[in-house]
Amino acid sequence: MEPLLKFALDLIPGLSQLPHWLFVTLVALVAAAVLFGFASVFSLFAIWLERKVSAHMQDRLGPMEIGGWHGWAQTIADALKLLMKEDIIPKEADRPLFKMAPAIVFAAALASFAVIPWSRSFIPSDMNVGLLYILSVSSLGVIAILMGGWASNNKWSLYGAMRSVSQIISYEIPISLSLITVVLISGTLSMQGIVHGQEGNLLSWNIFRYFPFMFVAFVIYFIASLAEVNRTPFDLPEAESELVAGFHTEYSGMRFAFFFLAEYTNMFIVSAISTVAFLGGWLPPFEFLSFIPGPFWLFGKALFLVFVQMWLRWTLPRLRVDQLMYTSWKVLTPFSFALILIVSFWRVLTL
Amino acid sequence: MAQNNNFPETRYELINPDPLKTDEYILNMGPQHPSTHGVLRVLLKTDGEIVEAATPYIGYLHRTFEKHAERMTWPQIVPYVDRMDYLASMNNDLGYALAVEKLAGIEVNERASYLRVIVAELNRIASHLVFLGTYGLDIGAFTPFLYAFRERERIIDLFEEISGSRLLYNYIWIGGVAWDAPEGWLQKVADFCDYFEPKIKEYNDLLSFNKIFIDRTANVGVIPADLAINYGLSGPSLRGSGVKFDLRKNDPYCIYDRFDFDVIVGEGAKGTVGDSWDRYFVRVQEMRESVKIVRQALKDIPDGDPKEKVPRNVRVPAGEIYFRSETPRGELGYYIVSNGGKNPVRVKVRAPAFSNLSILPAIAPGLMVADLVAALGSLDIVLGEIDR
Amino acid sequence: MREYFKNIYEAVATILVGMWVTLRHLFVPAVTVQYPHEREELPPRSRMQLYVNIDDCIGCRQCERACPVDCIEIDLIKAGKDEDLGLTSNGKKKPFHVIRFDIDMAKCCFCNLCTFPCPTECIYMTPNFEYATEDRTNLNYHFANYTPEQIEELVKREEERKAALAKAKEAKKPDQNA
Repeated sequence: MEPLLKFALDLIPGLSQLPHWLFVTLVALVAAAVLFGFASVFSLFAIWLERKVSAHMQDRLGPMEIGGWHGWAQTIADALKLLMKEDIIPKEADRPLFKMAPAIVFAAALASFAVIPWSRSFIPSDMNVGLLYILSVSSLGVIAILMGGWASNNKWSLYGAMRSVSQIISYEIPISLSLITVVLISGTLSMQGIVHGQEGNLLSWNIFRYFPFMFVAFVIYFIASLAEVNRTPFDLPEAESELVAGFHTEYSGMRFAFFFLAEYTNMFIVSAISTVAFLGGWLPPFEFLSFIPGPFWLFGKALFLVFVQMWLRWTLPRLRVDQLMYTSWKVLTPFSFALILIVSFWRVLTL
Repeated sequence: MAQNNNFPETRYELINPDPLKTDEYILNMGPQHPSTHGVLRVLLKTDGEIVEAATPYIGYLHRTFEKHAERMTWPQIVPYVDRMDYLASMNNDLGYALAVEKLAGIEVNERASYLRVIVAELNRIASHLVFLGTYGLDIGAFTPFLYAFRERERIIDLFEEISGSRLLYNYIWIGGVAWDAPEGWLQKVADFCDYFEPKIKEYNDLLSFNKIFIDRTANVGVIPADLAINYGLSGPSLRGSGVKFDLRKNDPYCIYDRFDFDVIVGEGAKGTVGDSWDRYFVRVQEMRESVKIVRQALKDIPDGDPKEKVPRNVRVPAGEIYFRSETPRGELGYYIVSNGGKNPVRVKVRAPAFSNLSILPAIAPGLMVADLVAALGSLDIVLGEIDR
Repeated sequence: MREYFKNIYEAVATILVGMWVTLRHLFVPAVTVQYPHEREELPPRSRMQLYVNIDDCIGCRQCERACPVDCIEIDLIKAGKDEDLGLTSNGKKKPFHVIRFDIDMAKCCFCNLCTFPCPTECIYMTPNFEYATEDRTNLNYHFANYTPEQIEELVKREEERKAALAKAKEAKKPDQNA
C-alpha cells in the first residue's frame, strides 16, 4: 500500500471505515492542501529571506518595520496588499489565456511536490518513476509562461515569453542528463530508492561518489536549474532593466502574486530534487544525528541551496540570450554527455 | 560611413508598414523605461532580437535654460547652470564661472582655484560612481549599484558640509567660491581618499573582470576612432576609442597644468578598441586619477580667503567667448555673448551628452536589444544636459 | 579548443571571486540610518528652509532682487518723519514698515543667493527639512508681523499722503504756465 495511505491510517485508524475511493480522495485532498499551504508559507518566508539576504549583502537593512523583529511580517503585508489590488486586464488581451497562465504555472510547481520524500515513511506518492514524473510535470510551466506573454498583448511581454521558452527547453537537457548519472548510480528512478542508495554517512552521498565526477554533475545540475527557475544570471525573461518585468508586466494583484509564488516554489522544488539526488535527501550526515527527524534535514539542505541561489542572484550580471544558448548547448550538454560516459564506464568496471 | 539619420525611414514605416515583412517589430523604448537614463525615447526597428534602426527622440526634459539665461543677471544664472547636468553640478558651475571670468578679466584667488579643483574632481568621482552603479543595473548586476552609492554618499556629505546642498550646489561663483572650507573639511577629504581607493579594487573584483560582464560588454557597440571624432564625441566615450584627448591636458584651464595625472585611453584589453567595456573601464580608472589630483591639491592648497575676489556687482564688458571644460561626460562648452549689461545677451551651451547620444543610430544596426541597452548605457548620458 | 576551456575556467574563477566579495559584505554592518527612529545631524550650512528674522529687516529689497525665481515678495511703506521704528540688532535704523514679506517655499530653488546681499543678515537658511504640509498654500510663509488692521491703516495713510502730494503738484502747474 502507498506509504501516504499507511501514514494516514496510522494517524487516524477510524478512516478505514470509509469506502476506499472516499478514503483515498480525502487523504489526497488533505495532502494537497497541506502541501499548498507549505508552498505558500515557504514562498512567504523565502521572499522575506531574499530581501534580508540581498539587503545585508548590499550593506543595508531590508524590511525592519512590519512585525517588529526585522520586519518578518513584511511579506504578509505585501500579500494582503496584492489581494486588495484592482485586477487590471488589458483591453485587447486574450482573456481566457490571460487568466489561466498564473494558475497553470503554480499548478506545475505544486504538482512536483507529490514525489518529494520527506522522511522514511512520508512521501505523498511513491511512484517508481518519480524522477521522470518530476521532469515532465515541471516542463508544463513553459506553456503557461508562453500563454502569459502572448495573452498580454504587449510586445515586450512577448519578447520575455519567447526568450523564456527557448531558455527553459534548452536547459531541460543538461538537467535530464545530469540526473541520468544519478540514476546510473542508484539503479532506480524512484525518489525514495535514490535516497536509500545513499544511506551511510556523509561520504556515501551521491555528490561524493566517483569523485570528482558526481560533483561536476551536481554543479551542472545546479546551473541548469537556475535557468529553469528564471533566476539571475538567467533571468532574461524578467529582465528588469530591459523589459520592465518581461512576461508578467501586465499582471497585477493576485495574478502577479501567483507568478511570484510559483517562482519561489519552483526554487524550492529544484533545490529539493537536487538534495534528494545528490545530497542524501532526508538522511543525516552522521549516524549519531539521526534523532533529528528527516524532514528537518531535507528542508535544511534545500534551504541552503535556495540561499546559494539567492547569493548568485545578487552577485552576477545577466547573460544575453545567445550566450545563454551557448552555455547550454555548447558547455553544459557536452560536459553532461561526457559525464554519463565516464560514470557508466566506472560503474560497469567496478560492479 | 554610417547613415546620417534614420529619422525619415522609421517614421514612414510607422505610418505605412510593409505588409510583406512580417518579422519586423517597431518597438518603442519609451520615455518611461528603467534603462534609458532619464526621459529618453528610442524608437527601434527590430528583426526578431536584432536591431535594424534606432532613433532617439529627445526633448522630454526641456526647461528653456538658454531662454532663462537671457533674463537673469550673471550670478543668478549659476543655480540654473547647476541643473543641466545634475550629476556633475560643480563641473558645470566651473565651466560657466571660468568663461565669464575670462570674458570680464576677473582674476581668481589661489585658494579659490585649489578649492575649485578639489570639488570638481570629487564631483567627477561621484558622477562616475553613478555611472558604474547604473551600468551594472543595466547589465543585470544589482549589488554594485548599492556599493557605488554608499561611496557617493560620503562625497555628498562632504559637499553638504562645504556648500550646504547635496546635489545642486551653487558653489563655484564668478570670481571665486561661495564659502570657505569649514574646520576639518580638508582632513575629511583626505580621509575619504584613503577610504575610497581600495574600493575600486572591490568594484573590479565584483563587476569589471567578471566573465559574464565582459561577455556582455566586450565587442558590443564598437566605435572606431574616426567615427567617434566625426560625430563629435568627447570625454571618456572618445578616450575609450583610443583617442588620447583630455581638455585638462590638451587645453588646460584653471590650474590643471600644475597637477600630474595620466590620461586613460581604451586599449581593447578585453575585445576590440572602442567597445563598451573600454568606455566603462576608462571611467573606472579615471576615478583613480581623480583621487590622485585631489591628493596633490590637498597637499599644495594655500591659506587665504577664497571669497575676496568675488565682485559685488558682476560687470562683463561687451564681447563674446567660447570656453570649454572637461566634465565627466566630455567637453562642455559655453558660448557667451555680452553687450555690457547686467544680463547676458546669449548663453549657449554645448552639451557633451548631446553629441555623445547622436552616435546611437550609427552603432545600433546589428546589435541585439540587450546589447543596445549596454551600448546606450556606456555612453553615459544625462537627459538634463541633452535637453537643457 | 584551448580558448574554450580557458573561457570556462575564467568564468568559474571570476564568479567565485565575485561571490566571495558579496559573502564578505554579508557580515559588514549596514550603513542604513533608520529614519525616523534615528536622525542624523545636518551641517549648519545646509540649505533646507529659509527663515527671516523680521525684526532685523530694513526693507532694502536686496534679497528680492537677488532671487532667480522671484519667490520673495515684499511690500513697504515709508515711515513718517517722526516715526521711530527702532534699530536692528547691528545698529541700523529701520526706515520702512515691512507690511508684507512673503516667501513662497514651493517656488524657492534653495540656491542661497538671497542670504548674501542682506546687510543685517536677517534672512538665512536653516537645516530644518521636515516642513512638509498637505496644502500647498501653507508653503507660502508670511514673515511680516503687522495685523491686517494695522496694514489697512498704514495703507490708507500712504494713499492720503500720495493724494496730498499729487494735489500739491497740480496746484503748482498752472502757475508755471502763466
